[in-house]
Order: sequence, then C-alpha cells, then structure tokens
Amino acid sequence: MITVNGLTKRYAHTTAVDHISFEVKKGQIVGFLGPNGAGKTTTMRMLTCFLTPTGGAATVAGFDILEQPLEVKKRIGYLPETPPVYLEMRIAEYLSFVGQLKGLSGVELRSRVDYVCERCAVADVRNKIIGKLSKGYRQRVGLAQAIIHNPDVLILDEPTAGLDPKQINETRDLIKSLAGDHTIILSTHILPEVSQTCEQVIIINKGKIVATDSVSNLQQRARSGESVIVEVAGRNGSLDAATVQHKLEQISGVSRVLPKADGQRRLIFEVEATKDMGVRGNVARAVVESGWDLNELRPAALSLEEIFLQLTGSEAPAEMEPVAAGETKE
Amino acid sequence: MKNIWIICRKELRSYFVSPVAYILLVMFAVIFGFFFWNSVGYFVNMAMEATMEGEQFPMNVNEQVMRPLLANINVIGLFFIPLITMRLFAEEKRSGTIELLTTSPITDMQVIIGKWLSAVIMYALMLAATVLDILFLFKFGNPDWKPLAIGYLGLLLQAGGLIAIGTFISTLTRNQIIAGAVTFGVCLLLWVLGWVSQYENATWAQVLSYMSVITHFESFAKGLLDTKDVIFDATVIFLGLFFTARSMESMRWRS
Repeated sequence: MITVNGLTKRYAHTTAVDHISFEVKKGQIVGFLGPNGAGKTTTMRMLTCFLTPTGGAATVAGFDILEQPLEVKKRIGYLPETPPVYLEMRIAEYLSFVGQLKGLSGVELRSRVDYVCERCAVADVRNKIIGKLSKGYRQRVGLAQAIIHNPDVLILDEPTAGLDPKQINETRDLIKSLAGDHTIILSTHILPEVSQTCEQVIIINKGKIVATDSVSNLQQRARSGESVIVEVAGRNGSLDAATVQHKLEQISGVSRVLPKADGQRRLIFEVEATKDMGVRGNVARAVVESGWDLNELRPAALSLEEIFLQLTGSEAPAEMEPVAAGETKE
Repeated sequence: MKNIWIICRKELRSYFVSPVAYILLVMFAVIFGFFFWNSVGYFVNMAMEATMEGEQFPMNVNEQVMRPLLANINVIGLFFIPLITMRLFAEEKRSGTIELLTTSPITDMQVIIGKWLSAVIMYALMLAATVLDILFLFKFGNPDWKPLAIGYLGLLLQAGGLIAIGTFISTLTRNQIIAGAVTFGVCLLLWVLGWVSQYENATWAQVLSYMSVITHFESFAKGLLDTKDVIFDATVIFLGLFFTARSMESMRWRS
C-alpha cells in the first residue's frame, strides 16, 4: 500500500530524514516510533504531499507522491499533530467542508458526515462550535475529518498527544477499530501505545530507521527463552555461592545458572529456563525451602523501553517510565 | 471551479461568523456616509450661492460630487484592504489548518483564487454599502449612471490588485499583524509613487508614476474606460496571485 524508497529531507543545515525505506502492507497498523525530533513528522508530511522530499521516492496506493500528488491526496486521510480544525465552525459544518474538499457532495456527503460523527463519538455535539470543545473532542473531530472520504491510507501524527488517560484509551480503541478498512501509519513517542495498537513498528532516530519489525518479534528478540534474575540472601551469616548455584541447577526446567554478582550477604543469579516452563515458582520454592531469603525474582527480559533505549542510544523519550537499572542481555 | 467556490464560501462564512465582516461594513459605511454628507452639503451650498448671485456656471453632480467621492472611497479602501487580506493565509498557518488545505486533493491555485475571490467579494459588499448613499443622488438629482458604474468598476479592479498583493504578503508570515502592516505599507507606497510626476519629468519618474495605482484610477474616476488601465490592474492581480502560488510552493520546501 505504501512503499518508501530512500526518502530524504534536507534543510539548510540539518538532515531531518536521511534515506529511509520501508513498506506497509494493506490493512496493517504501523507504529512510527522515535524520540522527539527524530523525523517522524517530516516523514509523514512528505507522504501526505505537504512537504516535498529532497531525494528518494515514495508511492501511496500505487501513485507517486511527486508525480501524482492529487491522486495520492485523494487516498490519504491525515491527522496532523494539532487537529486542523477551524475554531469558529460547528462540527458538522466543518466536516461537511472537509468532505467537499475531498470531493464528496450531495447525499453521499451528508451520509458520510453522519457516519463519521457516529464513528468518532461526536454525534451528540455535532452542532457545537469547535472552539468551545475540549482537546479530546477536537482530537476526535480531527480523526473524523481524516476518515471522512473513506481513504485507503490513514496517517496519524501523535493521535493521543495531550489527552487524558481515558481519552487515550478511547482514541486507541477507535484507531484499532479503523484498522480493518484502512492502512494506518501512526507516530508516537509513547511506547505502550505501540505495543497496544500496532502490528508493525518502525523505530526511527536522528532521521534514520534503526529497526523495523513486528511488535511480537521485537519482544521475542528481547525474551529469547525465559530467564529470571534471582537474588538470594542468607538468614544468618554468609552464603556459599557454589551451594546455592548447585541447588538452583537442580530445579526442574532450569537449563543454566549464571552467577551475576555476589556480596557478603546476598547473591544474584541469572537463571535460564527451557521454553514454556513456569520456572519462577519452582525457583522461589527451592530458595525458601533451603532456608534462604528470596529478595528478588524478576524476568530478565528486556522491556520495549529497554530495546528502544538500546536502539536509539541513551536519549529517553519524554513520556517514558523510568527504566529500572538492571542487567541487559548480552 | 467547484473547488474554488468551496474555499471561497468557507472564507466568506468565516468573515461573517466573526464580527469582522460587520465591523468592516459598518465602519466603511459610516466613514463614507460622512464624506458623502460633506460633499453633498458643499455642493448644495455652492448651488445656492450660484443662484443667489445669478451666475450661470454649470453645476455637475458627476464631476463635483461623485468624482471626489470615488477618490475618497479609494482612500478608505486603502486602509481597509489590509484588514481584509491579513488573515487569509496567516491565520491558516498559525492554526495549522494550512496542512488540511495542502493535503486535500485540490490545487494550490484553487485555494489561492478561492481566498482572493472571497476578499474581493467582501470588498464589493463594502462598496455596495456606499451605493445606498448614492441612491439619494438619483432621487434628488440627475447624475449620469454610466461614469459612475465605470468608477465603481475601477475601484473593484484596483482593489482586486491590492488584495492580490495582500494575499501574497499573508502567505509570508503566520502573524496577522505583520501581514496587515506590511500590506498597508506596500499599498501606500503603490499609492504615493505617482506623486513624483508632479515635479519631475525624467523617464524614471514617469516609470514610477506609471506603477502607481492612483495614476490608473484617475481615468476610471472620470468615467473613462481605458484599456491600458484595465490591463494594468489585471497585471497586478496576476502578479500578486502568481507570487502567492510561488510562496505556497516554497512552503513545501521549508516547512
């Protein structure tokens, strides 16, 4: 549905987007992930023909963005970061204006306006002036505007930015429900959003793509086999590391035990288990039954946050939860 | 054509849902009304004096009331045109709605002409408000309507040119006040350029004077429809809209 080939945008002193290439298949939801200023918005603006690329090519629904921009625009619904609404208009009036811009008229226009009002849950306020609505409603009007002409491709730039948690959930559900009929690209710097809504992720940093994969593959990549971190402490006096390691190795389902750190009173091991075995319960039981204290037991897998940090360097996205300082898998 | 009308209608709506249109119309009508009252009062006074002294010099409503009045409308228009054009693109750029227009399946030129046309219609409505006063002249006097019509045509053509320039300037900034102030400055310059011809006859002075909108309005005010003046105004309109299109194109490169 969308193919991007070596797309580049250079400004006088900076390169905002640097030779990126990717492909999106029909019906997919793709998350465009990256820290602020990574080039997400610029890429989206080029795909929607708002900006002209300085190099490379892209096609949307088979039409080249440089050669046939009008055909591309007919097939794209676009929600910029701030919803492009006229504050002095009423919702229905605004949607009808946008519908006309996209080439709808007559009965079709009216039925589409009714449909998107229902779909985006703004039917009850359709005669209100947009300037008097809350941010959440404006965002929904923005989405309604993007789907009014039933486009093949939806491009959403940070669709949940600035919403409260309840609105965020509603917006995500709405986007997911749209996925069947439309191919969707959405950008975000909020990670849970990607794992919750998208099938495919494109991670972009400093204008370059650093990873393209499905969400489950990315998580798989971090969670090869199950492995847990165990911290054990002795009740009275010090512990013998070799004894503990031996004990852990004997637990059923454990394939390997690696000592990570040992102190006077506590020992940390990484316990690798063969796949699909609930090893954590066994580990806990074994430690406690041996008369030791179990201080910590947690999965060693990398969270999406950690993968993201690894891929994009140290720069943490603003909205991210602070990541627990911990082991990274070598 | 349909797309131009969609844009134009939306622009007209936004003039009229805000107080802008009403304030412009009322202020224009009040100021013109004052000029009209003055002008007619003076004319009536002159006429009475002439009759009392028994002199028979010709009095002409077209020449003595309408011609200076048309020039007056033109001056008021100079102040009001920046107020009409300043929001056209600057507001869209500030609110981000320009992204909606430029990513919709319509051409830049359709957007530009739609917006320009809405401003011209707005100005035409302001002119229409002055016609109410003029109707009194027809009730109590006997003016010739043809030079009057040509005078109004001249006003509209000239405003079309200045509005095209204002539209262009509005694409350069997201700040409406800057757009308005610069438009006013440029329009005023195009106005006063003609003054050099009063003391200087060299070629450069003639060129400057020819570039002045006021030079080309004079024959319209006299009721003369001269091709060269029509072509001048059409050229200004064309250039203004052409530069607007180039400016919109450059937005796609600069973001």
